Amino acid sequence: MKQKLEKWIITFVLVVGGFLVSIPFFWMVLSSFKPEREARAMPPTLWPENFTFEHYLNLFQNLNFGTYFTNTLIIVLFSMLGLLFNTMAGYGFAKFQFRGKEVVFIGVLATMMIPAQVSMIPVYLILNQMSLTNTMSGIILPGLIAAFNIFLIRQFMATIPNDLIESARIDGAKEFRIFFQIILPLSKPVLAVQVILTFVGAWNSFLWPLIVANDQGLYTLSVGLALLQGQNSSSFALQMAGATVMVIPVLILFMFVQKYIVQGFNTTGIK
Amino acid sequence: MNHRNAWTPWLFIGPAILLLLVFAVLPIFVSLVISFTDIDLVGLGNWDAIEFIGLENFINLFQDPLFRQSLYNSLVYVVIGVPLVIVCSLSIALLLNYATSKLFTIFRVVYYVPSVTNIVAIAVVWGFLYNQDVGLFNFVLDFFGVDPVPWLEHPFIAKLSLILLAVWKGLGINMLIYLAALQSIPNSYYEAANIDGANKLQKLRYITIPSLSYATFFVTVTTLIGWLQFFEEPFVMTGGGPLDGTMSMALFIYQEGFQYNEFGYAAAASLVLFVLIIVVTMIQFTFNKSEKN
Repeated sequence: MKQKLEKWIITFVLVVGGFLVSIPFFWMVLSSFKPEREARAMPPTLWPENFTFEHYLNLFQNLNFGTYFTNTLIIVLFSMLGLLFNTMAGYGFAKFQFRGKEVVFIGVLATMMIPAQVSMIPVYLILNQMSLTNTMSGIILPGLIAAFNIFLIRQFMATIPNDLIESARIDGAKEFRIFFQIILPLSKPVLAVQVILTFVGAWNSFLWPLIVANDQGLYTLSVGLALLQGQNSSSFALQMAGATVMVIPVLILFMFVQKYIVQGFNTTGIK
Repeated sequence: MNHRNAWTPWLFIGPAILLLLVFAVLPIFVSLVISFTDIDLVGLGNWDAIEFIGLENFINLFQDPLFRQSLYNSLVYVVIGVPLVIVCSLSIALLLNYATSKLFTIFRVVYYVPSVTNIVAIAVVWGFLYNQDVGLFNFVLDFFGVDPVPWLEHPFIAKLSLILLAVWKGLGINMLIYLAALQSIPNSYYEAANIDGANKLQKLRYITIPSLSYATFFVTVTTLIGWLQFFEEPFVMTGGGPLDGTMSMALFIYQEGFQYNEFGYAAAASLVLFVLIIVVTMIQFTFNKSEKN
């Protein structure tokens, strides 16, 4: 009896807490369908009384969100190339012996300590020397490689048996064929998580486009949204529609794949 | 393993190493050099105009009231924010660890969701919730008869408002760390405690909390570094105001570098931030080692 009461109390606390945590999302979506006047009304309406799509149309027809969306997709696409480089590096460190490997690997890990907020000034100057400021390449290149991802992929690939690779070599398979046809299929569990995290990271990319792009034509959704907030600071319903466009695709994706993320996190060795 | 070609491993690690060299290692050296110069927009176009000024940037930095304010703000963020993150994420992890039913798995997702959502979008949404006149929070407070709170209009309350947002955002990831740690505590500890007749509170106090010390340390260090890098929230919601009350170190660097084009000065500030992050990381490593011994 006492046990049961305890479980009810805990469930109740979790329900209330979960509701409180979710309020910003509910309020964002609900407000995005209200006309501006209703979104600012006091007392506020809970459910939109005059349901409208005008803000979404406005975003894509008049406010360049179509361009931002395309740019974000381009960055997502190239982030997958970055993931390929990370995966190749993970494989290189896991399955090859070569001079200086330890030193190079520790060097790679050490770069984890350098956050973008520290390197943004020099990276901007370097890009400027390469004439890459205000270009898509300049936005994409600095964020392409993530040392932490190389580390995770390496940890996983170290568990793949060497015999498998050796026998493929004896059969005369080329190194890249071994990588693409044997290693990648065997690494599906870690790569699935990496693809999702890389997608989310690229979709949310903010700092590099903010710094590198001068042209609105190169803005991503995040930067576009920050600009929108600055320029239409009192158009709350419009801002909520912009935020919804950014948040909902990731939420839907996450609902489908949350199992792998939560599991993947448990296997990354953080205890 | 024997290889037909010694260059093969470099074909695999080459692209990543090259990009890391150019965009992670080289920048640190560039920072080191330019932080001793007065490089600005003019110097960027004409290198002859750049002058070596020794430690002047660093001296000015620690005399700059704005930079000192950003250091002070980071301190406040850490002192209030870190314990809050630990208490909240540990409480939720303990509640979620109570049962393994489907319902509890769903709640795990609900609490994790803020962690994966776009920070700019989140800052925009919270900016609306925090609005003094038409925001939801003040409406709810008004409903209970509380006077409107100047969430983002008062220098100190604005700091607290940003901390609240960051705690909410950080709940998910830290809760997962605690959950993983909770699940690795051997059941035999609790069984032994049961035999000794320990009650729930005693078990929590003498078994659970001590067993989580490494997780707590990990959360503390990552949260601390997170506060040092705090950028998007003040950038979008307050621009560092009111009265520089929410100015963070990262935002200071951004503004000096990209609004005033004082690249040398900003690089000096970024080195100070880098040193702080290294110090925190080193403490983590030392602790980690002594823990293992």
